[in-house]
Amino acid sequence: MSNNQKAISSGNSVKGFLSKVVHNQLFIPIAALLLLVVFNAFADILLHSDTSFFKIVLEPSSTGNMVLSGNLITIIDNASELALLAIGMTLVTSASGGQDISVGATIAIAGSTILRIVKGYSSDISDGKFAGVIICAFLLAIVVSALFGAFNGALVAYFKIQPMVATLILFTAGRSIAAWINNNDNISINDSRFGYFGNFIPGIPVPTPVFITVICLIVIALVLKFTNLRLYSQAVGINASSSRLNGINPKTIKLLSFIILGICVAVCGFIKVSRTSSITYAVIANNIEMDAILAVALGGNNLGGGKFNMTASVLGAYVIQFLTTTLFRMKVSSSAISAYKAIVVILLIIMSSPFIRKWLADMKNKRLAAKAEARVGKENA
Amino acid sequence: MKKLVKMLVSSAVIGAMAFGMCACTQTTPTAAPTAAPTDGTTAATEAPTDAPAADGLIKVGIINNDPNESGYRTANDRDMKATFTEENGYEASFFYSLKNEDQIAAAQKFIQDEVDYLLISAAGTSGWDGVLEQAQKAGIKVILFDRTIDADPSLYEASIVSDMAKEGQQAVDWLASQNLSEYKIVHIQGVMGSSAQIGRSGALDDKVAAEANWSIVTQQTAEWSEETAQQIVQAVIDSGETFNVIYAENDNMAKGAVAALDKANISHGVGKDVIVIGFDCNTWALEELLAGNWNYDGQCNPFQASYIDNIIKNGVTEKVVIMEEKGFDATTITADDVANYGI
Repeated sequence: MSNNQKAISSGNSVKGFLSKVVHNQLFIPIAALLLLVVFNAFADILLHSDTSFFKIVLEPSSTGNMVLSGNLITIIDNASELALLAIGMTLVTSASGGQDISVGATIAIAGSTILRIVKGYSSDISDGKFAGVIICAFLLAIVVSALFGAFNGALVAYFKIQPMVATLILFTAGRSIAAWINNNDNISINDSRFGYFGNFIPGIPVPTPVFITVICLIVIALVLKFTNLRLYSQAVGINASSSRLNGINPKTIKLLSFIILGICVAVCGFIKVSRTSSITYAVIANNIEMDAILAVALGGNNLGGGKFNMTASVLGAYVIQFLTTTLFRMKVSSSAISAYKAIVVILLIIMSSPFIRKWLADMKNKRLAAKAEARVGKENA
Repeated sequence: MKKLVKMLVSSAVIGAMAFGMCACTQTTPTAAPTAAPTDGTTAATEAPTDAPAADGLIKVGIINNDPNESGYRTANDRDMKATFTEENGYEASFFYSLKNEDQIAAAQKFIQDEVDYLLISAAGTSGWDGVLEQAQKAGIKVILFDRTIDADPSLYEASIVSDMAKEGQQAVDWLASQNLSEYKIVHIQGVMGSSAQIGRSGALDDKVAAEANWSIVTQQTAEWSEETAQQIVQAVIDSGETFNVIYAENDNMAKGAVAALDKANISHGVGKDVIVIGFDCNTWALEELLAGNWNYDGQCNPFQASYIDNIIKNGVTEKVVIMEEKGFDATTITADDVANYGI
């Protein structure tokens, strides 16, 4: 009997551990990542009978610098913008209970602002001066995007407009504003130094966007650790009026979250225009808002606001880029890629829907009830 | 302290709003369909005939696609605005949309405003019959530019178009003339179904089907976006496949593709490993040609305004005017070409 009990209790603890793992918020993005890794490994072995997907090589680039390349590097590099947006989008989602759909258009505005400043300077100015130009352009882009973020935030916080509706304004008008900033010119920057921020800095083999992202992630981690931002935005997201009674101003917090997103957007815009040293107003960062929202959802965060897990969101961003790169590698038509993403979204939404949750809870209760009944039966016997 | 924060926040908000508003006013031509035709409603009551406006100006209603769409459209719009001016004897109203139904609604509005000519670059090919019949009944002459539509040719005076299939054919012929022993092509397409994509893809597809030593390594749409093009080429490079031709259906996508090549140290341009082909002849793209970084750029002529001007003032000579379009080879292009043909 006691042996049996031991077995049961140890069984329970294994089960308990498993359920802890499964219920951890990081489970979904990490499981998705592992699934993609396994899928790619299998596909590689079946199709090419090797594991070239995971190969990373150090080769010289066309400028003669040694740079890392390979699928994994491409994924980490290309996911940078999405990871940055996921930071801001998570905060906005948590505090306002809605999403900002204007980030793609605001990236166009930020990128256009940067090009407007940089295009006036030809390639014959010294490195120091050029750095000055870039810093000025970047700071201006941050101010501009933060202002547009504040505009969105003000509509949401002070005029109580639903976030998706409020940001619909810039979603529609943003790309026209971006085009207007540069008088609709088709700009291309010839200075190779401008491309450093979206590609490689000479002598450093890791893509620059990765560094930029890591710096931003460290900053946000420190902010979340040493300030009350997390607590306040979660409180506002869960119940704005009770948080107000507790001395937090929900309006300020909502506005702040949109401004932080605006800053993230400026950094994204900078990376985007630097990647190709040019801009196409109508298509730059096309549909990126959907990917950013999907990253937050993949991270298991409640899109209705409240509690959030930043790590999970950022991992979600890398999952999406992993998926995109995998699909490109499988030669899936790029116009069909959004359909595959849609499948992921559908699965996630169904899994987190109240109906399925209730069903799962019912199943669990039934099982427990059956167990209890069996135990009672045994004891009676 | 609290007051200070409030002041800062509110001033920031006001600033953002003001910025947004001034931006809006600047972009009215693209954003507000009502702006252009309003002045015409008063004119309608006083002059019910289709005769030229009282001051001798020819009234034209111009329906175009969004100038932000591409460098091509920007150049096209500038050309239109530069030609249809009061100095040239025109009173022009502009309407921009990428949506067919919005364009049709605007055409109806222009008909009510009794313009003399309706110039249309249609977003879609179908659905125009009804409104063109209305125009005909009202005695308004219709001239199509840049895009054709599926309607009876008797409904319009003339159409001035680019032959996209010919552009593609010129590029493919040029590529064939390079006499490579093997053609392994990365084909980056525009938005699927657009006339530029159909024409430019068609020529290449036919050639690949016909020749044994021509093959497509990958064929993907990047929807005119440089970043997507970069990702597509990056994926091909990472998969270890080799190729020696990039056939991008516009300059921006070629630029994205080249950015991926540069990262992987694959040489491109005149006498290098990969041949780069773009379209549209943006000035910066022609400069890349001049520097030998790209090999070929096919022109897509956006300057229809002078042709239209000619038709309005001197009458119709041909129903379908196909504009002359060139293709530039990096080995023969000159600085003059860049200045003359760059958009």
